[in-house]
Amino acid sequence: MTLPGIAQLALFVALLLLITKPLGLYMTKVFSGEAVFLSPVLRPVERVIYRVIGVDPESEQRWTSYTAGVLMFSLAGVILLYLLMRLQQFLPFNPQGFGAVSPDLAFNTATSFVSNTNWQSYAGESTMSYLMDMAGFTVQNFLSAATGLSVAIALIRGLARRSSSMVGNFWVDLVRSTLYVLLPLSFGLALVFVWQGMPQNLNPYTTATTVEKGSQTIAQAPVASEEAIKQLGINGGGLFNANAAHPYENPNGLTNFLSMFAIFVIPAGLVYTFGRMVGDTRQGWAIWTAMAILFLAGVALAWPVEQGGNPLIAKLGVDQSVSALQPGGNFEGKETRFGIASSTLYTVVTTDASCGAVNNMHDSLLPLTGAVPLLNMQLGEIIFGGVGSGLYGMLIMAILSVFIAGLMVGRTPEYLGKKIQTYEMKMAMIYVLVLAADILLFTALGSVTTAGTSSIANPGPHGFSEILYAFSSGTANNGSAFAGLNANTPFFNTTIGLAMLIGRFVPVVPVLAIAGSMVRKKYVPPSLGTFPTNGPLFVVLLVGVIIIVGALTYFPALALGPIVEQLFLSAGRVF
Amino acid sequence: MPDDVEDKQDRGRPTHVVPARDADPTRALIPPTTRTPETEEMKELAATRRAGASAWTGTLVRRAALDAVAKLDPRRVARNPVMLVVEVGAIVTTIILAQGIVTGASGFGFVLQITLWLWFTVLFANFAESMAEARGKAQADSLRATRKDTPARLLRDGHEETVSSHDLRRGDITLADEGELIAGDGEVVDGLAYVNEAAITGESAPVLKEPGTDIRSTVTGGTQVVSGRLKIRITADPGHTFLDRMIALVEGAVRLKTPNELALSILLSGLTIVFLLAVATLEPFAMYAGGPVSIVVLMALLVCLIPTTIGGLLSAIGIAGMDRVTRFNVLATSGRAVEAAGDVDTLLLDKTGTITYGNRLAAEIIPVNGASDTEALIAAKMSSIGDETPEGRSTVALADELGAPASAVPDPDAQFIAFNAETRMSGVIQDSHSWYKGAVDAVLASTVQRDVPGLQEQVRRISEAGGTPLAMMSDGRIVGVIYLKDTVKPGMRERFDELRRMGIRTVMMTGDNRLTAATIAKEAGVDGYEAEVKPEDKIRIVRDFQGQGRMVAMAGDGTNDAPALAQADVGLAMNSGTAAAKEAANMVDLDSNPTKLIEVVKIGKQLLITRGAITTFSIANDVAKYFAIIPAAFSVTYPPLNTLNIMGLATPQSAILSAVIFNALIIIALVPLALRGVAYRPAPAGELLRRNLLIYGVGGVIVPFIGIKIIDLIVRAVGLA
Repeated sequence: MTLPGIAQLALFVALLLLITKPLGLYMTKVFSGEAVFLSPVLRPVERVIYRVIGVDPESEQRWTSYTAGVLMFSLAGVILLYLLMRLQQFLPFNPQGFGAVSPDLAFNTATSFVSNTNWQSYAGESTMSYLMDMAGFTVQNFLSAATGLSVAIALIRGLARRSSSMVGNFWVDLVRSTLYVLLPLSFGLALVFVWQGMPQNLNPYTTATTVEKGSQTIAQAPVASEEAIKQLGINGGGLFNANAAHPYENPNGLTNFLSMFAIFVIPAGLVYTFGRMVGDTRQGWAIWTAMAILFLAGVALAWPVEQGGNPLIAKLGVDQSVSALQPGGNFEGKETRFGIASSTLYTVVTTDASCGAVNNMHDSLLPLTGAVPLLNMQLGEIIFGGVGSGLYGMLIMAILSVFIAGLMVGRTPEYLGKKIQTYEMKMAMIYVLVLAADILLFTALGSVTTAGTSSIANPGPHGFSEILYAFSSGTANNGSAFAGLNANTPFFNTTIGLAMLIGRFVPVVPVLAIAGSMVRKKYVPPSLGTFPTNGPLFVVLLVGVIIIVGALTYFPALALGPIVEQLFLSAGRVF
Repeated sequence: MPDDVEDKQDRGRPTHVVPARDADPTRALIPPTTRTPETEEMKELAATRRAGASAWTGTLVRRAALDAVAKLDPRRVARNPVMLVVEVGAIVTTIILAQGIVTGASGFGFVLQITLWLWFTVLFANFAESMAEARGKAQADSLRATRKDTPARLLRDGHEETVSSHDLRRGDITLADEGELIAGDGEVVDGLAYVNEAAITGESAPVLKEPGTDIRSTVTGGTQVVSGRLKIRITADPGHTFLDRMIALVEGAVRLKTPNELALSILLSGLTIVFLLAVATLEPFAMYAGGPVSIVVLMALLVCLIPTTIGGLLSAIGIAGMDRVTRFNVLATSGRAVEAAGDVDTLLLDKTGTITYGNRLAAEIIPVNGASDTEALIAAKMSSIGDETPEGRSTVALADELGAPASAVPDPDAQFIAFNAETRMSGVIQDSHSWYKGAVDAVLASTVQRDVPGLQEQVRRISEAGGTPLAMMSDGRIVGVIYLKDTVKPGMRERFDELRRMGIRTVMMTGDNRLTAATIAKEAGVDGYEAEVKPEDKIRIVRDFQGQGRMVAMAGDGTNDAPALAQADVGLAMNSGTAAAKEAANMVDLDSNPTKLIEVVKIGKQLLITRGAITTFSIANDVAKYFAIIPAAFSVTYPPLNTLNIMGLATPQSAILSAVIFNALIIIALVPLALRGVAYRPAPAGELLRRNLLIYGVGGVIVPFIGIKIIDLIVRAVGLA
């Protein structure tokens, strides 16, 4: 725990707090169809798009057709990406002449980008053409984030509207998310990134001669533009295999800070949008506070452990404390330009949200530190979370919390004036079950089959963590890797591909179903007998339920992975 | 009597008042002053109904224990997914136990104990449900005794014949004389009698029955005529009588899961599947680690993790909640109704008879028109002495109190003028003098004086205060005004304050004009009022509130109330009410006390709170169980995990056994809480939640750590593992 580290964290939280309201207000206007400062420029573009795709922006959908829209649009995205990769060698913008991508990798990668996961089983700079980067991945970076945002907006409408049956128009939400929210923010951030030295070109890779007279191929790309949406859209898939540890993707401390900030910006603002749309901003702030508490708890666990250093090295008499001359702590797998504080903060942020960009190697984290990103993902990426998906996941947890404890006020539990009944519980439980089953069953499969265990780099609990991490990351649509695991095999490409698809698109259905059923419900005006969900008690309850339900589900797995590994480490045994 | 008397006033009147002085031949009927001797069944019934503390009597416990074993039948357990998983687990370990005996495998004692405790877990849950049902069954039994076949005196074509009560059909006319049991549910068409309804209400003071009134004409089969004679038209076919319904209700024969119970069951089933996943995948994880966990340990872990505490007590909580309502002498047609009572946020109460006594009593006697005090007092007393209504009697009492001359008593040969709807006045004519009192406009109309000094001021003042003014006339000259005041029952304001703290708005309905209604509303402390309400307006009022998203409860007794009772989320009919009202409502109050709604709301809330509390407790318990079982299960494969054994449990076997024992015993330990319900005192939701979260949430995390540790110490001391 260093002073600059604490200052950075404080600045991070303070700026997040500052931007939440203006951005949230802006998004409220965008999704309510009100005019914003960009409307004069974007409204005509919007109209042309509606005309081209044949959508009447005034008409709204029931939850069923909204869901159908989400699923069909995403399926089309998967097919398009798959074809682009399989036909890569015949398409332009391929100066390196990369060949067709193998079927299992193409499937894995297509689902990965459409599901907003950006899990990469491949090294980008040696596999994918510029066309893939731009027309494939960058486009999906926008669209998958916009899809998540749309689903969240539909759920908010479901909670906010009174006795209606429409949850909005998916195509309109999709277009507005992209045009009004993601594009302008990415545009601005990309310019800052270019200023900070990120490449933005379509050149063939440069061959350089090193000081030792060796030859080095320097990969480049339109980095800045993709980097901006990679962070803002919480996609996380980098151009380079080293992701945000690569100097082109993350040249310095400022870009590192902005990258982290960009990850949390939209989810934080969206929480305010939620409060605004349901007519009580304190509802939004309560959720925001719960998220912030869980975020800070993660930092408070990961950072000191990592800063404390490796006990085995300490036994050798090596000084791992912070001093003017050294950063101290466990520095394995970290970049010197970021240090321990910025690396662990990045790790927590990227796994709280479903980003998955990494600026250090999670495989090299001390076992207990590694448990933090694991648990963050297993909780369902709801700590600010993915664009849209974080909020809708959190709202499901809010509904569960209200139901479990809400009975204790002696009324049928209600959230935001809408009763939570059998149907909502069914849907909420499906949401919880799908995620748990997706992670646990695939991990079980991976840990007892040769196809699974042959890919791990380390035996024992660490190898188990690698498999657990891969499926947690896939299911939660995070996309970061624990590394160590050779995931580019038919087994992992297929299973992780499925995990990503299931983890993204199955939960969307119960979420929208809840939107559809809540939107029809009568609004019960609050009274003294209503449990207030906009105060500190609710925040405590929500945090408690998330931790207990999450911990109870994954405690055995975590105990056999990072926890026992840490205990072994303390006892002097490594894997 | 004043002219604007509402018909409700009649209903609010206590049912055992002395019959009105009219020229009825049955005037000789003497109201029994002592309670009638109770039959054995009635005594037993009353005892059972009021038995609050005797839940754990030997008979009940024995009956419940036997029933618990019978409930092991998988077809019955299947109703409850959580307990079904436990039973399947118990069967699996039993099979493993049997295999172990055959093959002579080691660890027999451990497997045997785990198996036994798993079976106990199911048995304890069954026992909880049986205990809850037992009391209802006992009640049903004693009610059945009342329903036994009685001879019925059937009138057919003018002839009387005796048939079995089971043969009575709707529309039949029967007779019941003094000392006889009424053969079936019906309506009095003729006669006048006092009836002992203790079999239904538990109240042995007899009740007057007479024809032609909306509410005093309904009789119930199985009740006894104490004095008088009744001719009754049967209104229910056998098997559909009130008693039949009541038996089915208290017995819980038609128990369906309530909406909240269903939603909670889904949560519990979902959690069960989550833990099934966690435990099922633990085996491959353990295989990866190189040390598979035995099936017995996995079963133990599974049973400990799934929410057995709430799963085992859920139905008991619901049944006990219904039973609490019954013990309050309210019959709810379904658990759904009781649960809905907890959700109620708007209470519609009739003013008359519920909030106020309904009798307008004289509060002031004011001379006007230049008359003296004494003149006014004499006029008040003389004009009222022949008026037997509460208004009249209270006027006489007040006049005496204020010092009316003792001489002001009409002669025996004086002519009393009774109130009638045309003159709207009553009074007395004696010799050449006359005294009248009546509605102000009626009295004014009968004098020639147009401008009476002081009259209008007093009338306005009284009206504005919500009272009813009566004018008095002495020999054709207006002499004063009587201020009749509707009196709010004592303690109502406190009850409404209490309701407000629970988040419930009370709305008063009255036929009075707006001014009067506002005054009474203010005096009683209700949150709102609906004035000038005709009985048929009530359904509109209910709908209006429901349209605003409110959950509405109301009480009623008249046929006019029936549609509103049916429309309301909770409709409480008075037992003294008409069959139509009782049919429409989802609850019947046997004591005919509309303020019982408040109690029912509390019980409904308590029911939900108890469910929520035990659910929270059950889930919170799992934390400790993980810390007990995970290190134990991996004691060989991953010895460092013993660091997680923060309770310092002696051996892996004792740790697992202690967790399973705790898990089973906690069900039994919580049975009293489930049956009694979590203590509830009215408070805002936030405050309630804070307290309950602290007790059942935080407590739920801590208690098992202590409990498992203690059991572990005992298990070690006794040498069980």
